Amino acid sequence: MHHYVVEGYVLPNQTHIYWTIMIVLYPYITGIVAGAFIISSLYHVFHKEVLKPVSRFAMLMALAFLLFAPLPLLMHLGHPERAFNIMFTPNATSAMAGFGFIYTAYLLILVVEIWLVYRADIVLLATSARSAWMRRVYWVLALGVTDISDEAKALDRKVMQFLAAIGIPAACALHGYVGFLFGAIKANPWWASPLMPVVFLMSAILSGIAMVLLCYLIVQWVTKRPIDSPCVDALVSYAWMFLMIDVALELLELVNHAYMANHDWQILRELLTQKLYLSMFVIQFLLGSAIPFVLLGALVVYKNAIGGRTRNGIAFVASMLLLVQVLAMRWNVVIGGQMFSKSFRGFLTFDVDLAGREGLFAAVFLFSLPFLTMLVFSRVLPFWGPVSSAPGRWLEAEPAEHVSLRDHSSFTDVGL
Amino acid sequence: MSPRSTPSDESEITRRKFLEVCAEAGASIFVFGAVVCTTAKLMLPSLAEARSPDGSDKDANDVIYGFLIDTTKCIGCGSCVRACKAENNVPDGYYRTWVEQYAFYENGEVTVNSASGGLNGFADAPQLDIPETTDEPPVRGFFVPKLCNHCINTPCIQVCPVGASYKTKEGVVLVDPQRCIGCGYCVQACPFGSRYLNPETRIADKCTWCYHRITKGLQPACVVSCPAKARIFGNVSDPNSEISRLLASNRVQVLKSYLGTNPRTRYIGLDSEVL
Repeated sequence: MHHYVVEGYVLPNQTHIYWTIMIVLYPYITGIVAGAFIISSLYHVFHKEVLKPVSRFAMLMALAFLLFAPLPLLMHLGHPERAFNIMFTPNATSAMAGFGFIYTAYLLILVVEIWLVYRADIVLLATSARSAWMRRVYWVLALGVTDISDEAKALDRKVMQFLAAIGIPAACALHGYVGFLFGAIKANPWWASPLMPVVFLMSAILSGIAMVLLCYLIVQWVTKRPIDSPCVDALVSYAWMFLMIDVALELLELVNHAYMANHDWQILRELLTQKLYLSMFVIQFLLGSAIPFVLLGALVVYKNAIGGRTRNGIAFVASMLLLVQVLAMRWNVVIGGQMFSKSFRGFLTFDVDLAGREGLFAAVFLFSLPFLTMLVFSRVLPFWGPVSSAPGRWLEAEPAEHVSLRDHSSFTDVGL
Repeated sequence: MSPRSTPSDESEITRRKFLEVCAEAGASIFVFGAVVCTTAKLMLPSLAEARSPDGSDKDANDVIYGFLIDTTKCIGCGSCVRACKAENNVPDGYYRTWVEQYAFYENGEVTVNSASGGLNGFADAPQLDIPETTDEPPVRGFFVPKLCNHCINTPCIQVCPVGASYKTKEGVVLVDPQRCIGCGYCVQACPFGSRYLNPETRIADKCTWCYHRITKGLQPACVVSCPAKARIFGNVSDPNSEISRLLASNRVQVLKSYLGTNPRTRYIGLDSEVL
């Protein structure tokens, strides 16, 4: 770690910023997981049919990001080889100790839920997929369960709904505990706040919705597939709603600090108005909140007056800005909180490392991994509906043997 | 079952069988996990004897350590910082103890400096915190040595995810170097900036009150090296010890008392500008 430029009096052990890009990236990734999962659950649990087109996509996106959530933490630890200590000898009073258990539980819930959603397709693909190699993969994925009768699928749906229902509090815990991890640190007045878990959670959901919306638009444009208008309208509405809740809470936090003007307000005021002016007021609030608020609000209020292509373009820009907003918020909390000293008399500047375990290159590479994983997923599981809705892409032209016709109503177009 | 065969009622695995397999697998994993965790806990160096919540449930004969700093005596020579660094192999740029120099100006401005933590004293030390509103020299000043407060209600032990931070029966707060994963949470949680991540060992590090010395009846290195007797260390549960007599006859303060960490390191002559 290199020494950072110091201004005023900084405590001697605080001339380094210990939690850097990786600790900014971790809540960003788990936030996207939580948000994508909420979108998927809005369909599976709350039966919002309008979100059906993206429900499977969102669920797989949640998994793609979840798989890489521990990576930024491992890259930050001084002793990553001892990482499992948090599960062998957890300290019950430590929020950070919750990570191992919450993450494992949530991963299991999500994986089982995805398996249940795709089970019927996996069984079908185990017999009728295009390549012999893939048929073996699907056979393994089927885990030996091949019953795709109506009763089996009804049970699948019931269990999956139950999992999606408990998955919501699990997703909230997965991200909420991070907010508490910061919010319970009385040593840092910028972090210490009972609002922190709520703010983190709301911005997490916002980032997930924005990522689903953004990726949906991009994938459909690139693959030249139709964009489901009511679905995009619904995503835009939810994004607008969560943006308003999130920004209201963030502003409340700021107003509270300013109004109460505690002993720490002097240094916080200088931190916010001088050091974090660009990253907070310009990027997080103006570009990332005010502009998307207007854009999304216009889309919601003038829904009928705005054409599909314009709406898609505006939604694209708004979702990009929202993703920047949430990243900026994480940055302003994590790095911002370390840019002033506990002496309350000095500041540090933060210089981003380019190379190294916690450098910018590592962060960019890490963040690209979930997208690469989605590419892999796209080759294995259908994103946009059951296999029967796109048999030409997934199935052989002529299935070798008879497969039960009861479950596949659109089978006539595969040559039977 | 071959991948190409047709599912038939006789050979397909029923839901019941599947749930049974799941339950068996779950139970096996649970038992295996329990065995692994128990074994790990037993095999790890047992710090159970050394750990105690806050020493409040100990009887009067047990030793409880305390530290007292008399800021009216500190001359800012930096001997303590040098002695600590030598005794404990403290890496450059990090400090288990340090000294702060406070300068008060006629117009009310206050500056605080601690170049290299006071390692080389303050006579020729560069001043980073410079008065903004005056060119006059200061009218008043003093030095404040700082180190780990070994709090009674430790926020650092509270947040350690793996229990590497712990308290000995004498009230000394330590870090288990084999268990610490180097996450840095305790560094963030300490309100006093006492902790740092050691770049060589990659674990959390801080003042230990020279535990390796005090358990042999010696004094911490900083106490021994202080020429002005500004630092006092001893057994606070012994009413006849030097520290107990000083605590009984002086007005003492602690740093950031409003945070409720209840430090065992106390001060005589702490100014309200010392945060």
